[in-house]
Amino acid sequence: MKNTVTNILVVGVGGQGVMTATEILAEAAISLGHDVKKTEVAGMSQRGGVVSSHLRFGPRVLSPKIAPGEADIIVGFESAEALRWSHYLRTGGMVLMNTARLVPPVVSGGLYPYPADPQAEIRARGIEVHAFDAMAIAKQLGDMRLGNSVMLGAIADHLPFRAEVLLESILQRFQARKPEMVELNRRAFTAGRDAIAKLARAELLAPSFA
Amino acid sequence: MAGIQVLAAQERKLFSGNEAVARAVWESGVRVASAYPGTPATEMLENLTQYPDLYAEWSVNEKVALEVAIGASIAGSRSFCAMKHVGLNVASDALMTLTLTGAAGGMVIAVADDVGLSSSQNEQDSRFWGRFAHLPLLEPADSQEAYDMVIAGYELSEQFQVPVILRLTTRICHVKAMVTVCERVPHDSTGYVKNPQRWVMTPGFAKSRIALMFERDEKLRASAEMSALNFVVAGKDRRVGIVSSGPAWMHVQEAFPDTPALKLGFSYPIPIEKIRAFSQTVEQLLVVEELEPLLENELRAAGIPCHGKDVLPRSGELPPEVLRPALARLLGGEIPGDEAQRALPAAQVFPRPPTLCTACPHLGIYYTVAKLKNVTVAGDIGCYTLGSGHPWNALDAVICMGASMGMALGLDKGRAEVDKDRKILAVIGDSTFMHMGMQGLLDITYNRGNVTVLLLDNRTVGMTGGQDNPGTGRDVHGNPAPKVDFVKLCEALGVKPERIRKVDPYQLPELAKALREETKIPEPSVIITDRPCVLIEDFKKQPAFKVALDECTGCGLCLDVGCPAISEQRREMRMRPSGKEVMMQFAAIESAACTGCGICLQVCAPKAIVAAAPVTPIHFVKN
Repeated sequence: MKNTVTNILVVGVGGQGVMTATEILAEAAISLGHDVKKTEVAGMSQRGGVVSSHLRFGPRVLSPKIAPGEADIIVGFESAEALRWSHYLRTGGMVLMNTARLVPPVVSGGLYPYPADPQAEIRARGIEVHAFDAMAIAKQLGDMRLGNSVMLGAIADHLPFRAEVLLESILQRFQARKPEMVELNRRAFTAGRDAIAKLARAELLAPSFA
Repeated sequence: MAGIQVLAAQERKLFSGNEAVARAVWESGVRVASAYPGTPATEMLENLTQYPDLYAEWSVNEKVALEVAIGASIAGSRSFCAMKHVGLNVASDALMTLTLTGAAGGMVIAVADDVGLSSSQNEQDSRFWGRFAHLPLLEPADSQEAYDMVIAGYELSEQFQVPVILRLTTRICHVKAMVTVCERVPHDSTGYVKNPQRWVMTPGFAKSRIALMFERDEKLRASAEMSALNFVVAGKDRRVGIVSSGPAWMHVQEAFPDTPALKLGFSYPIPIEKIRAFSQTVEQLLVVEELEPLLENELRAAGIPCHGKDVLPRSGELPPEVLRPALARLLGGEIPGDEAQRALPAAQVFPRPPTLCTACPHLGIYYTVAKLKNVTVAGDIGCYTLGSGHPWNALDAVICMGASMGMALGLDKGRAEVDKDRKILAVIGDSTFMHMGMQGLLDITYNRGNVTVLLLDNRTVGMTGGQDNPGTGRDVHGNPAPKVDFVKLCEALGVKPERIRKVDPYQLPELAKALREETKIPEPSVIITDRPCVLIEDFKKQPAFKVALDECTGCGLCLDVGCPAISEQRREMRMRPSGKEVMMQFAAIESAACTGCGICLQVCAPKAIVAAAPVTPIHFVKN
């Protein structure tokens, strides 16, 4: 029997907005009538620790946790974190990652090395990777906080539903909380979407849920 | 925070377990709710403060929280109390006698176990308390069940006049799932009825209540046997039948869709006949429970053969990837149901432990403490526990909330001759001090301990996300409240006025001087720091700094501050005139993250840290 539950794993560092991004993805899935479960492994994550947010949706979701080898997509907000969680991906799954690096004190203090090229390491594991600098796009748009919408835009064409559904969830959220940010977030979403489309064209890769 | 959106009946919403519990508590007409913050339980009360029609409070500790809930129940009102697992240890004195009096107004005690240790000092199984205290135990498996079981819990509580324990875990509290809500049913207080035989637990009265408690156990067991919260899900593959409860139930359903399974929602007193009947329909029985083999041992004692911790781990969660191979082992290698998922091995990546925030007032403290020689530091529970990590490595022992005081006194009194000049420090936070630290300080002063206490008042409960406490001058709703004066409080606890100092933790020379002087004097002393946590509104950002790279001499001292905005730019081996080789570390400041606390400025000898040009701020911390 085909497993009809979609598993999206969003990973990054505390403070990057990982949990908010997953919440928006969850809202999009709910708007389509899916059953949804979302769970975080966030040990004291607000203090710069590792954050992984699991989102599962489909007709009926039982366990909230994605098992290693079962994620359809990994969305990496930080390079080394995308690599750390890459074994959660299923065969044929896809990693979409930000190339930004957040170096923790244990690394900058010389106790551990930062992986030389996380993107290449993931690819070497036989995984389809799309990597781009989401923070540079956000900076270009004038606000680092837009990185979240850039990342969501980037995965929008790799979901089992239309990109517009996700965009609508983002815009609704800002309409309710910060209406003055609606337009900027729309632009950030589109910029992220375009960046990945360009990458995909360049690499001649088809979206996994096409 | 904005008021909560009060949903209409039958609306479906994505709720965390904590949000679902809060909604159901409100719907149940609860009048009084109390809690002390603790991960993963904090958001239950936090959400309740946003509902109308009930009184909610942050209590100073879990024992007081439970006592407040007991009082409200005696007054005839429905009450609710929430805490993390270790909180129930604190509240257990009240709990163990509460079981004799029982509850008048319905009472639910929500206790959240940190299975998997995401943010706790131990991993313990609160289901023991149901057994120890003879109290009924409900175990939800997701948000909807958490909601349903609160509603059922109040009915059960009033039917049997007994407090009900709702056992949650991190994987319930912090998972968001769909919940269908209902309407609030107001529940008027039945009023206080004087009854000393019931409420005054002297030995004479208590004795008569013990027999009633045992009677109640049997009635509750009969109720559990009949309860709709305990049910069987049929399955075709009868080689194994599974008994499970809590979040493990969802993992069982996920991993083994064809296996017959008995779900225990009302798991104590054990519905033993229901389990016996189920066990007779399958070839062998497997108990899947987080954490201890409680049910497993009790089933064996009742003559029901079963497997459990012989094939499953005794610690941590039991997700599908743990369950599948365990059942395979039990069945001799064959994995039932879905194909085992073949995952890649995990990649080797540096650890990323949680750390103190940029401009955290604790940074300067741990920088200074780490430079002290011949010192033992007793730590406590909170953000400042992170001082045990890189680069400070400043703590020698951490046990539980408030323990830094007593441990420090013991380190003083138990010192060996070789340690006679050793300085003993205790580090504690504002909320923690009021939670359990005050009594410890009183013990230090009363017994003339040679201990210096660092009372780190950051005006909030930091680690759990910034809750108010009696030291902040704000109540649970953020309204003005009486504010504790820590200097006067320490003085009242017996510390000499001249041995109490207030120090700005951003002023390193002042801090170092206070520590040097107070640790020299063989008397109890308290150094109080008072900069606010950077995650609360009281914190005010200052202009950012940067490193003038051509001025940096590579001493690396600023890296010892441990600020996340400071990083090593490059390193280089240099030969000293003495011929000794040293590693030079040249640093940089991420000015977009810097909030200008100025701690690093004070440790930089060549004055290479200077004002940065205005930059777009990065929000590494919530503002």
